Parts: sequence; structure tokens; C-alpha cells
Amino acid sequence: MMMVHLTRDSDALAGLVEVKGRSLWQDALTRLLRNRAAVASMVVLGIIAAMAILAPWLSPHPYDEIYWDRIQMPPDFANAHWFGTDGNGRDLFVRTLYGARVSLMVGILATGVSLIIGVSYGATAGFFGGRIDNVMMRFVDIMYSLPFMFFVILLMVIFGRNIWLIFIALGAVEWLTMARIVRGQTLSVKRREFIEAAHAAGVGNFTIIFRHIIPNVLGPVIVYMTLTIPQVILTESFLSFLGLGVQEPLTSWGVLISEGARVMEGAAWMLIFPAGSLAVTLFCFNFVGDGLRDALDPKDR
Amino acid sequence: MTGPILSVRDLRVHFPVHVRGGLFGRRVPLKAVDGVSFDLTPGETLGIVGESGCGKSTLGRAVLQLIEPTAGDVIWLGQGIAGLNARAMRPRRREMQIIFQDPLASLDPRMTVGQVVGEPLRTFNPGMPREELRGRVKDMLAKVGLSPQMINRYPHEFSGGQCQRIGVARAMVLHPKLIVCDEPVSALDVSIQGQIINLLMELQAEFGMSLIFISHNLAVVRHISHRIMVLYLGRVMEIADRDTLYRAPRHPYSKALISAVPIPDPDLERAKQRIVLAGDLPSPLAPPSGCVFRTRCPLAVERCAVETPELEDAGAGQQVACHRWRE
Ligand code: SF4
Repeated sequence: MMMVHLTRDSDALAGLVEVKGRSLWQDALTRLLRNRAAVASMVVLGIIAAMAILAPWLSPHPYDEIYWDRIQMPPDFANAHWFGTDGNGRDLFVRTLYGARVSLMVGILATGVSLIIGVSYGATAGFFGGRIDNVMMRFVDIMYSLPFMFFVILLMVIFGRNIWLIFIALGAVEWLTMARIVRGQTLSVKRREFIEAAHAAGVGNFTIIFRHIIPNVLGPVIVYMTLTIPQVILTESFLSFLGLGVQEPLTSWGVLISEGARVMEGAAWMLIFPAGSLAVTLFCFNFVGDGLRDALDPKDR
Repeated sequence: MTGPILSVRDLRVHFPVHVRGGLFGRRVPLKAVDGVSFDLTPGETLGIVGESGCGKSTLGRAVLQLIEPTAGDVIWLGQGIAGLNARAMRPRRREMQIIFQDPLASLDPRMTVGQVVGEPLRTFNPGMPREELRGRVKDMLAKVGLSPQMINRYPHEFSGGQCQRIGVARAMVLHPKLIVCDEPVSALDVSIQGQIINLLMELQAEFGMSLIFISHNLAVVRHISHRIMVLYLGRVMEIADRDTLYRAPRHPYSKALISAVPIPDPDLERAKQRIVLAGDLPSPLAPPSGCVFRTRCPLAVERCAVETPELEDAGAGQQVACHRWRE
């Protein structure tokens, strides 16, 4: 830290350039970039995401084309079936990438939904406290106690199978934990003196929440978010495994794994490739989450 | 002298506290502030002293309505503001500010100095152009002895003393009429304390605001205050002009406090009698009957347990709450 000699002569200083400060976010980013596992994981995730987006250009095969003469074939480089084909004679490599699209999208969108709802809800409950907090958090408790699977199956039965419904269902469940985390953080942040200073300066309640509380609870929220994405992906896979996921010919990692598991003996590649992709992705998210936690750890400040 | 800008009358702040006992426990009021009255004139500094836990911080916050008083009046420029809701209070916040004990904790770690100091300006002048706002923030930074080019730095890049200067700048930027200073130097190094105190006194000479200066450090309070109020368990023991209080304290508690302040002159220091108070501060949940100080008072008599002493005029602006002050 640079110590500055104090002087009361403002004229002499007025001409000098303004010094740029280093925010806590910049410090955290520097620490994160020093963490090799986290950086490597981010690179791997970036590659997976890029491949998912570029899927149609990475393979000569469309994801829903059925090759009647190549049903359930092991990896075959002559025909560019790098991961082999599935039980319907479709190219598994392309299908795994399309599965990545759905899985990642579900993971990110559902987490985004849970983030927006959870942060505003939790910060509001924690900030106002008292009866408002009680009512809001009891509602969360009630939502928690609803059996999730039952809830999803019910939605599916009423509205039919639909990928957007999966987003909503997952987001609707994940925000509960987010709200609890944010509320807890808010309770501790709102006792700090700078919040009182804002009150004393006449700043309105909602401005305080958005200007002071949320930026200061964001650290743990970001960490939890990176851990929520894999959790959502897993849940989606689980739903797909149960046959409640996306509809054919669209696919997701969960669907592919469930198909692969059925033919595990004899066509192991159908399980290994999608399951491997899922595992690598989950690992990477966890490493990034860990790295972020270390980087944002307030104890280091 | 002109009329007071602030009058506090019989102010009480009680917190309901749940204590164990019986089947469900019970609620007992913790009387953090119990019937405090005083006036503050423009440009005056009132020091509030007392041990930690005597309710001095609560009193400061109750005056600013940051804690809602349970009873009593706070009259600001002739208008009662006790119990006003946040919206009605807002325009008055422009004129009354606070400086906190922990300089770093009182600054939002995610904001630059410019944003921190500019926040009150932004709140009360939503339409102010960015350039003008930054200009006023820079002027204020220069006034508190920080270089204006630091405007984009973050609180954690400053030392404790500099952080407190930022806190002072934030409190001063709207040129308020009153600043409550809640132990503004007790978290700082002794060498820095004097700088901050002098800064506050210089600013007061320039802008003429009143100060309520809360501290447990009598030497510091003596330096800055015009009048001093001694608090014990939420009650006023004595109020007097600074010199009167230090020369001739009347209340046994004030005497004990003042006798504990070191005198720079070693001969006088050796000659002086130190009054050491027996016992600990009683629990504010179960304050002693009658005079709250009686459990530790060397002069306590039977009457003290029965009858609560009222603040009595002892002449020359001195007021004492003790049955035996005349002796
Ligand atoms: S009233 Fe009695 S107990 Fe209280 S300070 Fe005076 S002498 Fe001591």
C-alpha cells in the first residue's frame, strides 16, 4: 500500500492525475488467475462450451440423422463416428455435443433464474428483518418441504414435456437455497457500520439494498452459483434418466447416459463418452467454484 | 447566546431483552438511555463520557433517530423529531451527520472514496452533474487533508487515520449543522488521534457546526469539548462546562473518572489522589435502586438506595445528580 503524504494545499495537487484504485474485485481476479486448477478448469469449460455451440460444424453428421446400416457401432474413424453410434444409428459425437448444449443451457439459465429471484428475495428478507423476514422465510421453508420430484412430475403432467418447463422447475427449486444464503449474508452485512452510515446519509432502503448490500454479499453468491450449475445439470440428468427430461430427437447428457446405461454391457462407449463429458464438466465447475471461494475469501483481505 | 439547535428532553431508549427464567423466560427492558436531557447551541461541542456500556453510543444514535427512542423528545431547530418515520426524517438528515468508531468498517469496501464521500451529495441532489459532484468531493477531500487525486482509490488502500478522514469528509460534505462523533478516535493510534481531533476542531472553526463528541477517553474529550456530560448506566450524573468539570467535579463518579486521568506534570501526578472505584459496572438489566451509582459510590448512604437523585443546579451551568454533592 502506498502511503501518501498529507497536505492541505489543494491547489498544488489539483493538477496531478487521479490515481487509480484497486477494487476488491480486481484483487480477487488476480488471486483467481493465480490458481492453476481453476484457470485450467475455466479453459476446459470454455472449450466444451465452444464445442457445444459449434457442434454442427464440427462433425459431418447431423444430430438426428439415422444410419440404418450403422446401428450401435463402436467408434469408427473411417466414417467420422468418433464416439461411435447409438442404438438408433445416430452419431454419438454430435449427439454428445448437442447434449452439452441442453445440459449447459439448463444449468446456466436455471441458475440465472435462481440467482435473480434468490438474491432479491433473500436480501429483502434479511434487510427488513422482523415480521417480513419471518413470513418470507417461512414461505421458503414450505417450498422446501414440497417433494421436488412430485412437483416436477405434476408440472410435466399438466403442461406436457417442455424444455422451458425444466428451466422453470429447476430455477424454482434452486432459488430457495440461494435466498437462504443471501439472507444469512445480508444479516451480517447489514450490521456493519457503513450501512448505518448510509441510513444516516438519508439513503433509501431499496437503494441501500442494491447499492450496498448486494455488492457485498456477491462473493459467496458467485461461489454458490458455480456450484449450483453442476447441481442443476445433475438434476436435469436425473430427470432425463427417469424419462422426464427433454424430448427426442433433442437430447441431453442425462438422456444419453440413461440410454448408455441400458446397453452398458456390449456397447460401453454409449455410456463412457456422455458420462465422461458430464464428469469432466462437473469437476471443472467445482474447481472453478473452489478457486473463486479462495479468491473471494474475506479472510485474505 | 442564541437558542439551542438541539434540545433533548427526558430521552429514553429501552431495548426489550429476553432473559431466561421460568417456563418461557421473560422480557426485561434494558434501559440503555434513561431520561437524558440536554441542550446544544450552534457551534458548541458537547462531550459525552462514560464507561463502555453506559449508553453513550445509543444516545448519539437516538438523537439522530438511527435508533428509535422509546420515550422523550428530540427537538431539532424547534421541531420535534423523535419517532418520525424514515421519510419525514430524510430532509433533516442533510443537517445531521455521524462519524463512526471503526473507520474502515464505516466505509463500504466496494466503493471508491469518491463514491463514499459523494453518496450524501448524490442522495440530496439527485440531479447534480457528475463533474460538479466530483469537484465538491475533491474539495472536501482536500479540506480533510487527503489529496484529491486519491478519489478513485478504495478504503482498504488507506490507513486507519486516512479512513477516518474519509469518514469526516463524508459527514462534512453537506455542511451539516450537527455531527455526532461516536468514539471517532478510539480505534486509532495515539499519534493519529490528535490529528483527527485537530481536524475536527479546524473544521468546526471554519463551518461552525455543533458536535456531540462521544468518548470514554477523558483527555481527548477535554481537548475538544466546551461542555461535558457524564453518563452512567444510561443516566446523566453531571453536566458542566469543561473547565468547571475538570477543576471542580461535584459528582463522586466524575471525581473518580477525572482522578484517573494522568496529569502531564509528574509532581502533580504523584501528589494527586486517585479514587479507585470498587466493583464492576452493574448489569444494565438490573440497575441498582435509587441512585444507579450507589453500588460503587464511596459516599453512598441509605437514602441513595431509596431515592433517585434528580439533576440539580449547582450554579455556573453545572448540574449534578447526587444527594450529597453539597458536602
Ligand atoms: S446519590 Fe448517593 S450513591 Fe449516588 S452518587 Fe450521590 S452519594 Fe453516591
